Amino acid sequence: MPYDVLVIGGGPAGLSAAVNVRARGRSVLVVSNPLEENPLWKSERVDNYLGLPGLTGAEMLQTFRAHAEKSGAEFLSGRVLNSALMGDTWFVSIGSDVQEAGAVVLTGGVTRGKKFPGEEEFLGRGISYCATCDGMLYRGKKVAVLGWTDSAAHEADFLREIGCEVTYFSRPKTCAISGGDAVTEVTCDGVTAEAACVFILRPTIAPTDLFPGLALENGYVAVDRKMATSLPGLFAAGDCTGGPLQVSKAVGEGLIAGQSAAQWVAAHRKDSGAPA
Amino acid sequence: MALQHFKTSEFDAAVNAAPLAMVDFWATWCGPCKMLSPTIEALAGQYDGKALVGKVNVDEEPDLARRFGVMSIPTVVFLKNGVEFDRKVGVMPADAFTSVLNANL
Repeated sequence: MPYDVLVIGGGPAGLSAAVNVRARGRSVLVVSNPLEENPLWKSERVDNYLGLPGLTGAEMLQTFRAHAEKSGAEFLSGRVLNSALMGDTWFVSIGSDVQEAGAVVLTGGVTRGKKFPGEEEFLGRGISYCATCDGMLYRGKKVAVLGWTDSAAHEADFLREIGCEVTYFSRPKTCAISGGDAVTEVTCDGVTAEAACVFILRPTIAPTDLFPGLALENGYVAVDRKMATSLPGLFAAGDCTGGPLQVSKAVGEGLIAGQSAAQWVAAHRKDSGAPA
Repeated sequence: MALQHFKTSEFDAAVNAAPLAMVDFWATWCGPCKMLSPTIEALAGQYDGKALVGKVNVDEEPDLARRFGVMSIPTVVFLKNGVEFDRKVGVMPADAFTSVLNANL
């Protein structure tokens, strides 16, 4: 079912956007990693959120999430891999799933970690970002998984289940991928593993990889006062648009982005009917 | 000609006879492949009579996928009379494909 708005990211910015899309009577799907994998989850105390000092990051996230659920937002757990705009519809792929929406709000946070040596070079020749997509091509072969989250560990289990021989690198710091015509091995933090494919499962994919052509400013997603990006129907909010990397700022930007996205859908989607 | 769904048995005869062909390797369990699908279908219509546009399900035709060294899907391979001359890996906008097709018509 197509949604009016699809939100990428389930942190403060994404949840605020979702609540405000619902406040405008539009349907919204939030695609995110599990709440516990949000960087805020580990904050022991947040003291600068107006009126509610002293909460832990986990308490804030749970409260925000409950609010968004109550507002009627829908949720899907997973990592967004690709996007494409066709006509006035955004298509977004999540694992083996594809969702459609009239507008997208990107709240993917800050992408941590640069690409590894060999990653760009071997793309499509033994580098993959999607275990469910490419795993079947490596049945009975040795593969490596570079994972930074519990979800990544689950994807490694999936690869084992379908018959891949998996070496799992948990939260590697420095890796290098090498080979000839295709990948043959990967070395992470001094350990080398033979691999026909290296699955790189970062918590978030860089905005410019998700949205080719997206304009950046000082390394962050460029937005205007309405949180509109350089691409039609794509809005952004939160840490991905730059500092300060604070909850209040993310929530405020999420509100604007959510309202702008709802407004965009009303103006551009003649087929979307009256708000529900 | 409309979009072709190739079986291994008929693949060679079809692409060898085509001065220009574009083949999308895909699978049902691949989200990005599903996303690319409407673009490939549109191109099949757009290049009707000019280029052969087809799809290969890597799950049903693993031999073809192996032969072309498909290591990540979607992969789109371009051929002239059966000989590969270019390929694109991953979801891309339609003009990434039309630029290759137009330059080789």
